[in-house]
Amino acid sequence: MKKKVINAKIVSNKKAAEDHYVITLDAPFLSKGCQPGQFVNVKIEEAVTDPLLRIPLGIHTVREQGIGLLYKVVGEGTKKLAKMKKGDTLSVLGPLGKGFDLSKAGKRKALVIGGGHGTAPLCFLAETLIKRKIDTAFFIGACEEKHILCAEKIKKLGVEVYIATEDGSMGVKGYVTEALKQYLLRHTTYDIQYTIYACGPKPMLRTIARTAKKNNIPAQVSLDEYMACGIGACMGCAVMTKNGYKLCCKDGPVFDAQEIVW
Amino acid sequence: MDLSVKIGKIEFKNPLWAASGTFGTRGEEFEDFLKLENIGAIVTKTVTLKPREGNPPPRIVETPSGLLNSIGLENKGIDAFIKHDLPKLKKIRTRTVISIAGTTGQDIAKCITKIPGKLMPDAIELNLSCPNVTHGKTKYQLISQDPTATEKIVKAAVKGASCAVIVKLTPNVTDVGETAKAAQEGGADAVSLVNTYFGMAVNAQEERPVLGNVCGGLSGPAIKPMALKAVSEAYENIKIPIVGIGGIVKGTDVAEFMLCGARAVQIGTVNLIEPFSCERILKEFKAYLEGKKIKKADDIIGRLKK
Repeated sequence: MKKKVINAKIVSNKKAAEDHYVITLDAPFLSKGCQPGQFVNVKIEEAVTDPLLRIPLGIHTVREQGIGLLYKVVGEGTKKLAKMKKGDTLSVLGPLGKGFDLSKAGKRKALVIGGGHGTAPLCFLAETLIKRKIDTAFFIGACEEKHILCAEKIKKLGVEVYIATEDGSMGVKGYVTEALKQYLLRHTTYDIQYTIYACGPKPMLRTIARTAKKNNIPAQVSLDEYMACGIGACMGCAVMTKNGYKLCCKDGPVFDAQEIVW
Repeated sequence: MDLSVKIGKIEFKNPLWAASGTFGTRGEEFEDFLKLENIGAIVTKTVTLKPREGNPPPRIVETPSGLLNSIGLENKGIDAFIKHDLPKLKKIRTRTVISIAGTTGQDIAKCITKIPGKLMPDAIELNLSCPNVTHGKTKYQLISQDPTATEKIVKAAVKGASCAVIVKLTPNVTDVGETAKAAQEGGADAVSLVNTYFGMAVNAQEERPVLGNVCGGLSGPAIKPMALKAVSEAYENIKIPIVGIGGIVKGTDVAEFMLCGARAVQIGTVNLIEPFSCERILKEFKAYLEGKKIKKADDIIGRLKK
């Protein structure tokens, strides 16, 4: 699909959780063609050199009139983004990257795992899976309750939701990767086939890759690398794979978990 | 209004070129955003004799008003470039420049002789200044820090080339006039400057360098004042044309470089922020000329009042 730079009007910019906001944009061009797992590169026009580069954000939700982005305030750019208001414009470059491959999803049950703000783009994936009537279980992990994202939203989709927090303040105590392992121990039968879709911190994805390999489950992971152009032109966002360096923005951000050299 | 500029025998429709490394292999990623033929010239990603894997990530990090990069000249090698990219490059209806790097004059000359006559570009840009390549056995870290090595390698390249040869210079020297003169002595048709400035970024929390390669090259708006100075120095020292590079983001920046002596300029880092930058900056540059009732762009070359 063609990429564009769109000056999108902000419809709303609201707090979603501690340090996290959801900004919704009027951008029908993007909502028409984007796929779950894709991202956009946003720039606040007035912030010409501070920050200099665009900020890559996974597409969180899609509606007819536009898209929603769930972002965490981590630096100068996201700090300024959080201050933007309804009616302001945001420069949006997208849709970018290769999203999740659902072509072979078929009758396989989807196990979707989100860690920290990696959960954000998985909401769009969950909505898409439900639309395609694919049986889905969603695992959400974070260090503590106030960083668990999208739990209510995903429960409303009618999907099984499993929550894990490192401090035990919500759901099961421990890593979300442990919750996944426990689930597989309880639910492995010969007639259920799974596909794993995951997004989150690298150590989490590395563990999921191992679990997937051990259980012979195809797994797709969405990676996050420091990015500049977002369109495959500068070669800045290199990721080491079994077939050499690939670009996170163009060959990814979604990769086969077994292809990555962890 | 006449925006054309001439370098040697080659006429460019306007002075704006897309800089090497910021525009994909041959600009194909930018086709969704602008018409490649509207740019004065496209400089390809640097190609080397053998394929290069590039540096370990992280390869880029933003710094105040700048970008530090340590890509490491990742490319599939000259043979793959000639097979897969050169035919498509030649179809673009504007001037094309192939950027070539090598650790020795022989490697560079070999690359040049591999280019088939019918696919010859308008010029070759010798990348003698990328900070991410460890070169040769001289005491200098980069070839274009060493006037003797520069002159020697340029001579070898010019000998084997049937098109114009432009030499891209590093600013990481005490006297860029000297290295510019060496390129001129070697027979270069033009020089382009500046390439990136040496730099580092440090993560204070983790107490380690941000870049996988530790050091990188700085580009972007932060370096424009230094690049203008470098272009001015080169202009005072050589007669051959200069292509100015360094932090250009708007139309008046183009004028600034040309006033300092640049005949053409290259747009780099800003392409990574706004993919349509080249077209926007050209529009703004035209508006600058119109505002000052300047009918020919090349009238302003070197006419900085001193």
